[in-house]
Amino acid sequence: MTRAVEIVINGEKVGAQVDDRLSLADFIRGQGLTGTHVGCEHGVCGACTILLNGAPARSCITLAAAADGYEVETVEGYRDDPVMALLRKCFTENHALQCGYCTPGMLATAYDIVQRLQAPDRRRIRLELGGNLCRCTGYVGIVNAIAQVIAELGGPATPA
Amino acid sequence: MKPAPFEYQRPETLEEAVALLAGNGDGARLLAGGQSLGPMLNLRLALPTHVVDISRLGELRSIEASDGGVRVGAGVCHADFEDGRVPDVAAGLLRRTAAEIAYRAIRNRGTIGGSVAHADPAADWPATLIALGASAGVRGTDGIRETRIGDLIVDSLTTSLGPAEVIESIFIPRLPTAAKWGRCKINIMPGHFADALSIVVRGGAERPATVVLSGRVLPPVTLSRTETLLDAADRFSDELAEALRGAVEEDLRAGPDPAAIGEDDADLYKVAVVRAAKEAWS
Repeated sequence: MTRAVEIVINGEKVGAQVDDRLSLADFIRGQGLTGTHVGCEHGVCGACTILLNGAPARSCITLAAAADGYEVETVEGYRDDPVMALLRKCFTENHALQCGYCTPGMLATAYDIVQRLQAPDRRRIRLELGGNLCRCTGYVGIVNAIAQVIAELGGPATPA
Repeated sequence: MKPAPFEYQRPETLEEAVALLAGNGDGARLLAGGQSLGPMLNLRLALPTHVVDISRLGELRSIEASDGGVRVGAGVCHADFEDGRVPDVAAGLLRRTAAEIAYRAIRNRGTIGGSVAHADPAADWPATLIALGASAGVRGTDGIRETRIGDLIVDSLTTSLGPAEVIESIFIPRLPTAAKWGRCKINIMPGHFADALSIVVRGGAERPATVVLSGRVLPPVTLSRTETLLDAADRFSDELAEALRGAVEEDLRAGPDPAAIGEDDADLYKVAVVRAAKEAWS
């Protein structure tokens, strides 16, 4: 079975006819937006994490059909978003990525951490990153990057 | 990786969802948050003919607090508890339980009703809700019935829900002011499923102690000998901890499937109960 869906990706409405069983991750990638990475494909590794209606979600275990009418933000998005711009800068400065496979999901999770939590300490940052696996960095750079963003923002950031 | 083909359906009302379940036969599965069904579909552990999406039903997202407790729609997410949008009628236990479920991306989507209906023995809500004496409002083609969570969950991944029944709401009674709780979840890393999970609730004279234990290979069980021991105790001590370990052992041996519990699992279970009991005294 297929059906028509309309999903807003990075502010742009995308209409398509999709297979009922198509995952949101595959739908996004099918639009040429291959920044959303597919790792474990059962919701564990976090590589496919995107913002779904503003909150982090696993796109590999979300059906495209179930996201009909929803808003998705992928790593290609966040245009003119100062918080994401700062996250990207700090990820670069802190060597918070090597191969880059986990990075799109890491950034989505980091974006949530710095905006949702009241000045989390490093332990809390690590706890919150528990659902995003990185096999390159050993996480130190990622934690440093997020801590730096929180410090530079001077406490909890507000959404753009 | 793709799920096996199925037909996706999105009813507008719960009544329509029940009708779809009744009409689809055994092959239909409800999709709420999709945080268990999603992986199972991808891994083809679940092969439904129909997926009935109830995630947008507003009637499943209500939150009604009363003197007696709080009734939440089955579609209320873990993050709603974690962030305090649901009044914590169990003095912090609801918030703590939700916050320890998987990761934020999962908690944003996963629902309390889905957790109960899935009945994973390693999940967080079932044991907690049983310890709190919670119940579920279940809607079927003949109307609504109210069932205690302990009666609803009959085994690992097995409930007493009929093929055309949907959990509509969960009622969590208010914990008496004098009551104390302790909770211990043992897992290999934060966010993972529980290898062992114990909830201890002590309420003084009016409410005898409740001890519920669950784990990776253990559907939630109430430990009656351990409860009796806790009722008789007036403080937490090393002696009590030792006695608790023995009582847990006896309770497990008297349980439905003692042969399924390995020595390592049993050790974890004892540690979980002792730590939960200790917290319930702190």
